[in-house]
Amino acid sequence: MPNTHDVLFRTLADPTRRALFERLCREGEKTVGALTARSGVSQPAVSKHLGVLKQAGLVRDRHEGRLTHYRAQFGALAPLMDWTSQMAGFWQNRFDRLEDLLKRMDQ
Amino acid sequence: MSEPEALSVIVEREIPYPPEKLWRALTQPHLIEEWLMKNDFKPVVGHSFSLRADPQPNWSGVIDCEVLAVEPNKALSYTWGTLGLKTVVTLTLTPTGTGTHLRMEQSGFTRDRPQNYAGAKYGWQKFLANLERVMARSD
Repeated sequence: MPNTHDVLFRTLADPTRRALFERLCREGEKTVGALTARSGVSQPAVSKHLGVLKQAGLVRDRHEGRLTHYRAQFGALAPLMDWTSQMAGFWQNRFDRLEDLLKRMDQ
Repeated sequence: MSEPEALSVIVEREIPYPPEKLWRALTQPHLIEEWLMKNDFKPVVGHSFSLRADPQPNWSGVIDCEVLAVEPNKALSYTWGTLGLKTVVTLTLTPTGTGTHLRMEQSGFTRDRPQNYAGAKYGWQKFLANLERVMARSD
């Protein structure tokens, strides 16, 4: 699980990669060629980014003849959502303790 | 106040005490221990310290930190590294008529690779908001 977080954060930290992933989320399945057309980077670079996204479980590929289609995997984002709600809960709890401490402290 | 650039957690609280008193609780090790964790904190930029909780089966209980910013009675920022994930915690204090507004932002990326932000079209919150809409539609 910790490694999952780390991989997801690192994978989506790159703006080009994030844009590719977001496009797959918005527009559904796409080929490497279609993704390259509006990405502003070369096809080998797009393929490389897709490989990293695939490693992180964020996309899945499907081969059809000579074409490879990529599709976003929404479920892979769950750990990010979990992390956010866990940390929010943690800090709420600590701020309760902080308030208790302040009540006990001298001015 | 800069807008969050990364996936971040924001927790805010109205504290019925002045910033000076709150600042002590946020920066004195024996006080930090009472509300957060055991620590060897010093309010000095660049100081490395650790926060220590009781070890758990899948966690050493240790959080590795480094002080990034200290503005007495106003703002405190440190890195927060544990379980292979390095984040940044920023505590901001704003005086109000009746006490202090305390804001904690923990962001999912450190700023050690600024080139990752410069070209970023979307903030994380926008990204996830968009994504949630897409997911809602795909149900």
